[in-house]
Formats: sequence, structure tokens, C-alpha cells
Amino acid sequence: MTNPTEGGADASRKTRDIAVRMEGVQKWYGAFQALKDIDLEVAAGERIVVCGPSGSGKSTLIRCINQLEAVQGGRIVVDGIELTAGGKNVDAIRREVGMVFQQFNLFPHMTVLENCILAPMKVRGTSRDEAVGIAEKYLARVHIPEQRDKFPAQLSGGQQQRVAIARALCMNPKIMLFDEPTSALDPEMVKEVLDTMIDLAEGGMTMLCVTHEMGFARRVADRVIFMDRGEIVEVAPPDAFFDDPQHERTRTFLGQIS
Amino acid sequence: MIRTFGWNEFLFILGAVRWTLALSAIAFVGGGVGGLAVALARTSGRKALMRATAGFIRVFQGTPLLMQLFLVYFGMAVVGAAINPWIAAALALTLHASAFLGEIWRGCIEAIPPGQNEAGTALGLKWLARMRWIVLPQAARIAVAPTVGFLVQLIKGTSLAAIIGFTELTRAGQIINNATFEPFLVFSTVAAFYFVLCWPLSLLARRAEIRFARATTR
Repeated sequence: MTNPTEGGADASRKTRDIAVRMEGVQKWYGAFQALKDIDLEVAAGERIVVCGPSGSGKSTLIRCINQLEAVQGGRIVVDGIELTAGGKNVDAIRREVGMVFQQFNLFPHMTVLENCILAPMKVRGTSRDEAVGIAEKYLARVHIPEQRDKFPAQLSGGQQQRVAIARALCMNPKIMLFDEPTSALDPEMVKEVLDTMIDLAEGGMTMLCVTHEMGFARRVADRVIFMDRGEIVEVAPPDAFFDDPQHERTRTFLGQIS
Repeated sequence: MIRTFGWNEFLFILGAVRWTLALSAIAFVGGGVGGLAVALARTSGRKALMRATAGFIRVFQGTPLLMQLFLVYFGMAVVGAAINPWIAAALALTLHASAFLGEIWRGCIEAIPPGQNEAGTALGLKWLARMRWIVLPQAARIAVAPTVGFLVQLIKGTSLAAIIGFTELTRAGQIINNATFEPFLVFSTVAAFYFVLCWPLSLLARRAEIRFARATTR
């Protein structure tokens, strides 16, 4: 093929290079369909930004990848592991997929360090010493090594979110999901979190980010996905997406947020 | 022969305090284990478990403790076990405490923001690990005040075991009253002992409540 389409290019890659594949994914909340026939392939190392109006299904989409939401139809394959209904595969996938939430969701009764070492010790069986070493490495990477013995409530929002990123990284995930990681932050703290995410992207992490930070999308994303009413409306590299959106709904949305 | 209410009678009632305490302790420990199981079942998301434990709670909240004591006491005879006030009282109060503590702790578990559980899930922690390390430690802080409050109710509730012949504080009072015919004096003494047991606990519950309120208002 001389000029492959997006789908064609992805399909020609070997399976092991595909980080996430979704085929005809359906998600219902009672009678409301939150995801309609979602097809998406994310290559290993690819950075995807998902945007769209509230209620469009963008958070639901990434929450299906680690099965925080069960789906009612379609296939999801993550890192070569196919999700089966309620099977052991879910645990295998969750070990490889890190997630960062809008509300941070740090464990308030644990120090920063304890937040970071809990999952490596309890899920991977890492020794405490080794887990502490890993945690210190990632806390340094998000530039807050000195906060390790503080409790989350003693930190600013931006610091808390960076701890949350470090906590996820301590499990050494292959894929990172970000669910509006800067939406709950005061404006002056958005940059420190985005800088951390940019650093992570430059390190080659596979990332799916639900965010309205269009500057981040332009700088980091390989592809931007626009969702509306449970459907993927448009998928394009950031330049094409922002400068020449193909769909009316995309144009309307971009007009509203800029 | 009518005895007067004197030092020996006072000591007899005082001695029975230990049986009230022992029965309360058994019911509280047993109810703690049972209540935790009930609370976990109630929040497990498994329909059959949730429905069964909801029914259990409803039965024990909807019937008087005295009837529960009677049913266990006479029920033991029906199933052919020897009638034993100790076992009957301990079993009935344990079931009673399991239902009430289960309901109190269910509320505490559900008060923990769902994001906490989700974060644990996303990190790969399984249900038991999420409960053990994330949800229950936080729920326990909320639970202190209502749990101590229930313990006070439970201690007072053990007085009903007197009716099935279990010799605790209240029954000791009845025995002394039958010999002295000084009911007001005797039962004032009994009540004073209950008060001495329960009042510090009520203070503790109040302190825990204030401390919790202060910790949650930032």
C-alpha cells in the first residue's frame, strides 16, 4: 500500500506492537448507550488524546480498557491479552495498565511513600526495600522526592496529582490512562502536571489521555480522538485535527473550547 | 427471714458486674466478627449475599432483643440442645450485635468515596487487598463513635438476659431484692453500676465524634 489509511497502517502492524485494540465495543447504562460500536487501535508507544463534550463517553472509553467499566459487547485486547468476561485476564491487564484520575484518588490514610509501595508489594510481591527504591526513583522523576513522608492532605493539588502519577508508574505499567488529570487543579498547578506527562510521553510511554488541554494535545499527541454521544467522530494527527477538522461536530466543539 | 441491704449484698451485686462484662465482651467480639462479615457481604455487590444479609439485619432490627433471647433460648430446646442460659444469651446477643454492627459498618464502608476503591482496582489490587489496605482502615476511623455508642446499648441490653436466668448484674439485683424487699435501694445500686460502665464509654464516643468532625471539616 502506498498511502495507507489510519486503520490500514495499524492493521499491518504485528499484534505484539498493538497496545490496545477495541472492536465494536458497546457500553450501556440501563437504557442509555454510553459507547456505540467503538473501534480503536493504539500502537505501543503511541500517545492518544481523547476529547469531546461532557457525557460523550470519553472517560467511559478509557475506563473500559482496565475494566473499571464492564462492557456489554465487542472485543478488547490489551497488550496481547484478550479481556474475557470476569476472567483472570482482568487482573493481568490491570497490572500492565496504570491510571490517573481527575480527583487524584490518593489513599489519604497513607503517606506518599506508602501510597507508592502498596501495589508493588501486594500485587507484584516486591519486597519492601525494593518497592521503596522504585518509589523513590519515580517520586524523583515527578520532582517531589522530599515529600515522601507527608500525607496527601499536606500537599497541593498539583503535588498530589504528581504523586498519583508516580504511584501508577511504580507498577511499571506498559500503558498509562489519564482521565482528565488536570481538570480538578487550580490553574497555576496545571503546568507542573502537564510537564510530568510530557516527560513521560518523551520517555516512550503508551498513553491515552482524556483532556481538554489542547496545547498538550498539539505538543504530545500522535493522534487526537474526538468523541460525541458515545461515538468516535474524528481521529486525526493534532495538526490536521486542529487546523482542518473534517466533521461539523468537531468544528463546533473546537469553536466552543478555544 | 428478711435480710437488710448491707455490705455483703452490695458486694454480691458488684460481683455480678463481671458477668455483665463477660457477656458484653463475648457479644461484642462475636458481633464484631459477625458484623464485619455482614458489612462485607452487604457491600460485596453480589446480589444473593446482599439480599440474605439484608434479610438478617431486618429481622434483628425489627424484633425486640427480648424476643431474640427467648427464641434462641427455647429454640435450643427445640433442636435438642441442652438449655443453657450462658450459651443462649451469648448466642442471641452475638447475633443481635452482628446485625447492628453489620448495618453500622456497612454505612461506614459506603461512606468511603468510590474513587478509593477504583484507584486500588486500577493498581491491580484484588477485593480482599482493597478492603484490607484501603477501604477498611478509612472506614474504621468513621466507625469508632457509632461502634462505641452501640457497645453502650449492648451492655445495657445484657440486662435482658436476666429473664432467661442468666445471673448478671440485673439478675443479681433481683436475687438481692427478693431477700431484702428494698427494691428502690437495690435497683438504684444496679443502675449505678450500669452507669459507671456506660458513662465513660459515652464520653469516649462523644470525643471520637468530635475528633472525627474536626478531621473531616477542612
